[in-house]
Amino acid sequence: QIHFVILISRQGKVRLTKWYSPYQQKERSTVIRELSGLILTRGPKLCNFVEWKGFKVVYRRHDSIILVILNLYASLYFCICIDPDDNELEILEIIHHFVEILDRYFGSVCELDLIFNFHKAYYILDEILIAGELQESSKKTVARLIAAQVNVTERCVSLAF
Amino acid sequence: MEQLKTIGRELAIGSHGGWGQSKEFLDLVKSIGEARSKAEEDRIILREVESLRRRIAEPDVPRRKMKEYIIRLVYAEMLGHDASFGYIHAVKMTHDDALPLKRTGYLAVTLFLSEDHDLIILIVNTIQKDLRSDNYLVVCAALAAVCKLINEETIPAVLPQVVDLLAHPKEAVRRKAVMALHRFYQRSPASVSHLVSNFRKRLCDNDPGVMGATLCPLFDLISADVNSYKDLVISFVGILKQVAERRLPKTYDYHQMAAPFIQIKLLKILALLGSGDKQASGHMYNVLGDIFRKCEQSSNIGNAVLYESICCVSSIYPNAKLLEAAAEATSKFLKSDSHNLKYMGVDALGRLIRINPDIAEEHQLAVIDCLEDPDDTLKRKTFELLYKMTKSTNVEVIVDRMIEYMINISDNHYKTEIASRCVELAEQFAPTNEWFIRTMNKVFEHAGDLVNVRVAHNLMRLIAEGFGEDDEGAESQLRSSAVDSYLRILGEPKLPSLFLQVICWVLGEYGTADGKYPAAYIIGKLCDVTEALLCDDTVKAYAISAIMKICAFEISEGRKVEMLPECQSLIDELSTSHSTDLEQRAYELQALLCLESQAVESVMPLDASCEDIEIDKNLTFLKDFVQQSIENGARPYIPESERSGTSNVSNFKSQYQHEASSHMLRFEAYELPRPSPAHVIPQVSVPTPIADFFPVPETTYNSETSQASKLSSVADASSAAHGIKLHLDGVQRRWGRPTYSSSSGPSSTTSTEKTTNGITHIDGVGSQSRDKLNESRRQQPEVSAEKQKLAASLFGGSAGKTEKKATSTQRAPKGNTRNAERPGVSRSVSPETSKEKAAPSVPDLLDLGEPNPTSTTIVDPFKQLEGLVGPTPVPSPLDNSVKTSGLETPDLMAAVYTDLPPSGSSSGSFTSTTRDMHSADKTSNTATSEPSIKKGPFPQDSLRKDARARQVGVTPTGNNPNLFKDLLG
Repeated sequence: QIHFVILISRQGKVRLTKWYSPYQQKERSTVIRELSGLILTRGPKLCNFVEWKGFKVVYRRHDSIILVILNLYASLYFCICIDPDDNELEILEIIHHFVEILDRYFGSVCELDLIFNFHKAYYILDEILIAGELQESSKKTVARLIAAQVNVTERCVSLAF
Repeated sequence: MEQLKTIGRELAIGSHGGWGQSKEFLDLVKSIGEARSKAEEDRIILREVESLRRRIAEPDVPRRKMKEYIIRLVYAEMLGHDASFGYIHAVKMTHDDALPLKRTGYLAVTLFLSEDHDLIILIVNTIQKDLRSDNYLVVCAALAAVCKLINEETIPAVLPQVVDLLAHPKEAVRRKAVMALHRFYQRSPASVSHLVSNFRKRLCDNDPGVMGATLCPLFDLISADVNSYKDLVISFVGILKQVAERRLPKTYDYHQMAAPFIQIKLLKILALLGSGDKQASGHMYNVLGDIFRKCEQSSNIGNAVLYESICCVSSIYPNAKLLEAAAEATSKFLKSDSHNLKYMGVDALGRLIRINPDIAEEHQLAVIDCLEDPDDTLKRKTFELLYKMTKSTNVEVIVDRMIEYMINISDNHYKTEIASRCVELAEQFAPTNEWFIRTMNKVFEHAGDLVNVRVAHNLMRLIAEGFGEDDEGAESQLRSSAVDSYLRILGEPKLPSLFLQVICWVLGEYGTADGKYPAAYIIGKLCDVTEALLCDDTVKAYAISAIMKICAFEISEGRKVEMLPECQSLIDELSTSHSTDLEQRAYELQALLCLESQAVESVMPLDASCEDIEIDKNLTFLKDFVQQSIENGARPYIPESERSGTSNVSNFKSQYQHEASSHMLRFEAYELPRPSPAHVIPQVSVPTPIADFFPVPETTYNSETSQASKLSSVADASSAAHGIKLHLDGVQRRWGRPTYSSSSGPSSTTSTEKTTNGITHIDGVGSQSRDKLNESRRQQPEVSAEKQKLAASLFGGSAGKTEKKATSTQRAPKGNTRNAERPGVSRSVSPETSKEKAAPSVPDLLDLGEPNPTSTTIVDPFKQLEGLVGPTPVPSPLDNSVKTSGLETPDLMAAVYTDLPPSGSSSGSFTSTTRDMHSADKTSNTATSEPSIKKGPFPQDSLRKDARARQVGVTPTGNNPNLFKDLLG
């Protein structure tokens, strides 16, 4: 099960955070700080996995080790925190899945798209992951749903404004 | 799709153009993007938050504007700033009829609110309405919110509607409804337990997405209760077969793999269902074989499926063919250039060696490469693998490696973990005592403050008792080697407190035992310890007790103890310490030094830390005294349970307290210390307070204890004293007892210790399997000799070595069973079992060092005093120090008197002490027995004895009742 998803830039700036397990605001900042320190300093050829301990609260709940998966896309790091016994390679591909869908939506996505449209990235993420689980693995289905939402939004916009 | 792309692009560009967001917001995002430092970013956001706070509260904000504000709040929150003032507006926005606004509202609340937030109750109604909406997009948005926001309390409010949605015509809605139910199950399994059949039904859903989603809740359900779902094995296998044969729509393909995410989920479920079930596993063999054959090795996702298959194969009932395929896949992972795959390979290897340990041997060089890889993640994973394959034959190499790594990392969390693993392995497989002590020293030295305190107690006990052998010579040899090594280590500049405690204790008990070092030398060393910069009170207490023991041994040997100046200054310092514990120990030492050798020997017998002590739990020796007091007009003792009823006030209070405690949170202030008339009867209430006060082994509490006891000794002095005393009383009850039992619980009698002693286990059993490894080990010429050597020591040592080890085995039965298990055939469980087994063994080994005795000693005299303190009770801190002396001889008391500033009361308490002693020794068992009143029967008895035994070293009151007869009678 996924505990949170974080997108950080290479400079350590937060681009998107989604928390599936409860974390207090303070814990969140600590998590982000620690993780960016850990992940951003890693060399390019090393594993995409990091064993990370967070707050006491965190590592108690998950029995100590949490694996964080990171990936480098368009100078953004996508980090997903999972339980120690999850399949890291699968999560790596879930990230890729997400990026591919973002790509389709924005048309070769870049960091700028996510910066200015982070709420849309949230909508897309919500169609892929729900409650910490992968809910839909078909790109087409996700794309169709998002398109439907976009259409409605447009209609509303043209009606209201 | 093309159309979607254009739309997306347009939107993205459009937002720059400004229909979505205002120029302001774009500027904000831009300035954040350009911010050079975190501080600058924070400043910008704070300004933004301030302006939002102002504007959002304005009346009649247009809805479109409000939507943007909310998004800006999301942004501020995302960057770690508090936007709670805007939560309510986000909640309001969910009420909006227009879908874009509603979605924004839902997005914001799911990001803002945690599941126990108070505002959630305001959203439930909206969610209920939206779940009934005709527009499936609205329903989807509401379901997404349900997954995040609905908590245990509110599940019933939406549950029926969510269940209805399982039959919704739109598959997206069905899928989300399944996920929502899954979430409900996670939050509160009972709430959806009657709906399990729905999940089974959805498994047959036409839409693969819904079916895939259903696997999530089923996975959880099956891991909770495997047996109720065995009937589904055939279905799961059927689905997996279809998926693998590409029967699903093409849209589920991912990088040329057929629905890999669904395959992985199915494999996880099959691993659960097939675990230890031959029949169920039988159904799976075919399809697993297919997957191994078909799996793409070139793509990452193919490897993910492959890895999951390996996990599945290693979990289900073993099948030789599949294991072979799994081993082959594993070796491909290990040989890969990709660190990711190596990592997965090491993990997979760890799973496979549980079934067949021989697999490791083929990959030894790859494993060693991983161990020496600069990538920390890979290294740690490899250590985990080594930990799983540790045997008595390779324990030395592995633990040495681990310690070496441990020394060099700064991550405390991992350091703790690896240190505890080292300790565990050393305890299980230690080849020799010397090696064990050396290893433990290293662990303590470098991670001393991170390891469990029990490990330290364990070590002390090992040194005290030897390794369960009856060989006196070996034991004393062990002790002197420990003493030697500790004296050497004391030269190090910075040692962890826990380690210093062990050192002090060992030096105190055995520093002079072999006659190699003069007492003065050891005492000097101990004094040095207390002068170290980082020396805390606990260490000081250990040190002074150790000095006391050495002095006692010297005196009882008939030698004169020369007081070193630094020792004298230490005593002076401690006797004015703020810590009453230290203070008392200092006075005890001073008192002891004035005694004659025979008395000292009885008080502090040589090497008596393992002796059992008889305890009179019923305080029968006090009966006469109580009787006498009552005859003299004292009020009889009222049991505590009856006492609370004596006053309405306290009654009410306790009720109130009870009510309050039933709530999770307390919003009221804590009540003031309450004056209860109940305790105005200290005269005869001797036993109860003892019960209250005794069980406080932690030094942290010592000060409180002694304070409390001091107070109780003067309990009838004034009402003010009363208030405080009662307060502390409460503290004791709340904190004291559990602490005691928790720390004493795991300790055990000397007799049991010997068998349960986990440390000493070594096995020779592993040798056969290892020899096999040896034979088949291939030498690869291109590998450096050093690596090969390492490999040899890890994966198989020389036969001669094994032999030696086997002979040196001298272990308790438990160790043997465990060892037999590891290399044995029943692999599938061994790591778990060994862990489980190890866990209990740790508490067994607890040695209650000195702190425990302290508390006892502190308590005793006061309890005694309390009863007798006459009309002039004086709360003098000297009281407790005098205790020892008071007990010894009247002469001594006189001596002390003259020494001390005659603070009226102290004399009173003194006499009372002696009188108490007199009455007490009639029933022979003196002070020692008091603590026992609190102790229950059961196995704890033995533990207590042990605890008592430890005490002997320090407690002059405890040991020998006859002494008092001699002295006082």
